[in-house]
Amino acid sequence: MSVRTLSINGHAVAMATGTTLLAAAREVGVPIPTLCHLEGLSPVAACRLCLVEIEGSGKLQPACLTPVAEGMVVHTDTPRLQDYRRTVIEMLFTEGNHVCAICVANGHCELQDRAVEVGMDHSRLPYRHPDRPVDLSHPLFGLDHNRCILCTRCVRVCDEVEGAHVWDVGWRGEHCRIIAGLNEPWGAVDACTDCGKCVQVCPTGALFDKADTTGEKHADPARLGALVRARARGQQTR
Amino acid sequence: MARTILIDPVTRIEGHAKITIQLNEAGAVEGARFHVVEYRGFEAFCEGRPFTEMAAITARICGICPVSHLLAAAKTGDRILAVTIPPVAEKLRRLLNLAQITQSHALSFFHLSSPDFLLGWDSDPAKRNIFGLIAADPELARGGIRLRQFGQDLIERLGGRKIHAAWAVPGGVRTPLDPTDRDAIRAQLPQAFATTLAALQRFKGLLDGPLATEASTFGCFPSLFMGLVGADGRWEHYDGQLRLIDPDGTVLAEALPQQRISEALAEAVEPWTYLKFPYFKPLGPEAGSYRVGPLARLNVCERIGTERADAELLELRERGGRVVTSSFHYHLARLIEILAALEAIELLLNDPEICATHVRAHAGVNAFEAVGVSEAPRGTLFHHYRVDANGLIEAVNLIIATGQNNRAMNRTVTQIARQWITPGATEISEGLLNRVEAGIRCFDPCLSCSTHAAGQMPLHVQLIGPNGEMLQERWRQ
Ligand code: SF4
Ligand code: SF4
Ligand code: FES
Repeated sequence: MSVRTLSINGHAVAMATGTTLLAAAREVGVPIPTLCHLEGLSPVAACRLCLVEIEGSGKLQPACLTPVAEGMVVHTDTPRLQDYRRTVIEMLFTEGNHVCAICVANGHCELQDRAVEVGMDHSRLPYRHPDRPVDLSHPLFGLDHNRCILCTRCVRVCDEVEGAHVWDVGWRGEHCRIIAGLNEPWGAVDACTDCGKCVQVCPTGALFDKADTTGEKHADPARLGALVRARARGQQTR
Repeated sequence: MARTILIDPVTRIEGHAKITIQLNEAGAVEGARFHVVEYRGFEAFCEGRPFTEMAAITARICGICPVSHLLAAAKTGDRILAVTIPPVAEKLRRLLNLAQITQSHALSFFHLSSPDFLLGWDSDPAKRNIFGLIAADPELARGGIRLRQFGQDLIERLGGRKIHAAWAVPGGVRTPLDPTDRDAIRAQLPQAFATTLAALQRFKGLLDGPLATEASTFGCFPSLFMGLVGADGRWEHYDGQLRLIDPDGTVLAEALPQQRISEALAEAVEPWTYLKFPYFKPLGPEAGSYRVGPLARLNVCERIGTERADAELLELRERGGRVVTSSFHYHLARLIEILAALEAIELLLNDPEICATHVRAHAGVNAFEAVGVSEAPRGTLFHHYRVDANGLIEAVNLIIATGQNNRAMNRTVTQIARQWITPGATEISEGLLNRVEAGIRCFDPCLSCSTHAAGQMPLHVQLIGPNGEMLQERWRQ
């Protein structure tokens, strides 16, 4: 196993080739906020929350997707990054309709947690108040597009772990949204196995169990990592 | 200083009670109007949302009675699921409503109204508040504050939070009552009873003495009364039949069709206020207008069903007749209802089932339209939803207590204006302001001004001449 040595916030670090900067930073106890990343799913670098500065590179790089390289000098917590992260969170909040007070995920929401971490006490950007629907056609689960941050965790878990590929991303720009099947009501998509994995990994209140009311969604996305590891060891199939 | 709080876009409530007094050619009072700028766009906000969110959305309409909206929303939800909720869930919801009635009535009586009674209408307005009361009668004031805390504590122990506890859900409640919490509440009951009984004694003494005129004249007019009644016509606050009586006590409607309430009730609209005027359809907007709330509930019931409250109810009827028509007696009715609530809380806490743990029924959408009715502290509250096959809200209508008392509040203000403005007067006197404020406060209306705990209600009164010209205007912040 070849090893790369680099520096993260001044700590000298040695990591196996192929390790991501995010994994390396977490290994040495340097926190980097993430949203779209989830252990057990392929990385997509969709949310841009984990951006880091690498000396010598003018571009900020997503830690969840960037592999370690020999001699890299990485900074994860500069004022510029702090401002970027707060802006990313503000954009996520203003782009959708997040009324936490009535949300199923209130108190157990990764977006909320990140907002607290990056110190977003208000938004400096104007709210867009888009008009977006809620899909309750599935017998067990619901999808509220108002709360979706397009992290695509649901798309990936359904495709990569459940193998059903119910979800996809439709349209572009401000019209971009998650679609079920060929843009059908979720309940009309036969491929859905009702497994609920998408609900479990969704970081917000966008996907939820219909029996849950305000603040009752207590998903545990980290369980996916355990499932994927167990599968790799042949211990569990579902 | 008064503040106007705008909560945008969910609710928009004006912090002022605006009153216009219309004079005729002879300079006498022609009429008076109580104007409200109320919630706007609220119904539209709910459209397209899952009905399961309605409890949380509507609980945020009002910071004073969120519990009432929670219960009405949960009851409407039960009907959409078409389930019978577990028996203990109903008992726990009742407990929640009783706690709400206790804390809300305590706030109205002790914090907002009693400074007027105990310190006098014409006492220094700067001291005519709960702090002035603490100085003048520390024991009563502290008792009142603790009584409100008792109600809030019970709500918190049930729902996890003092306000906005989204604990009642379609199908039941979220969590059972913990025996430790039950015992802690039980331990506070003796003091709550003592405070209530002392306040009753004190207030009845005032009614027989210095408040005798107010008691017999304030907003005293015949009207219909509406409220829920339980089995055998007993006092009710959560479920039961909707009864409507006339001022002689004749039952006009024994069981209004709750699920088809729009067949029985209509809402009139006036251009000068956002608050609608619900009325009993068969009698039309004027004769069909009715009062709701504590006094209405005591008027429509045969009896309360618990010993101490029934004794007080009897005394109230000796004082004001079988149907008490003076709005001033809303205050006494509140105290009697606190007593009734405490007795009912005691009974429920002694129920061996109260800590049972099966508290929620689960089901999908089985009905597309439903009405949920419950008694808020201020009166009967209706939630009416229509949903699509998946449970997304298509239409919402809420009939709130303050709306149903709208006509009565207008009549009360008119009556007070007639009494306090001598023909030819062009002045709005301090005495008039005080009485108008007190008149409105009888109904404990659910406006932000009624929560203005520091004594004075922010008022805006205009005196309008026969040709529509404004003669005088007074603001009191
Ligand atoms: S998903 Fe829900 S809890 Fe999370 S930020 Fe959005 S509204 Fe708030
Ligand atoms: S529904 Fe949830 S998991 Fe799927 S993209 Fe939206 S926020 Fe991410
Ligand atoms: S966590 Fe890296 S871009 Fe989302």
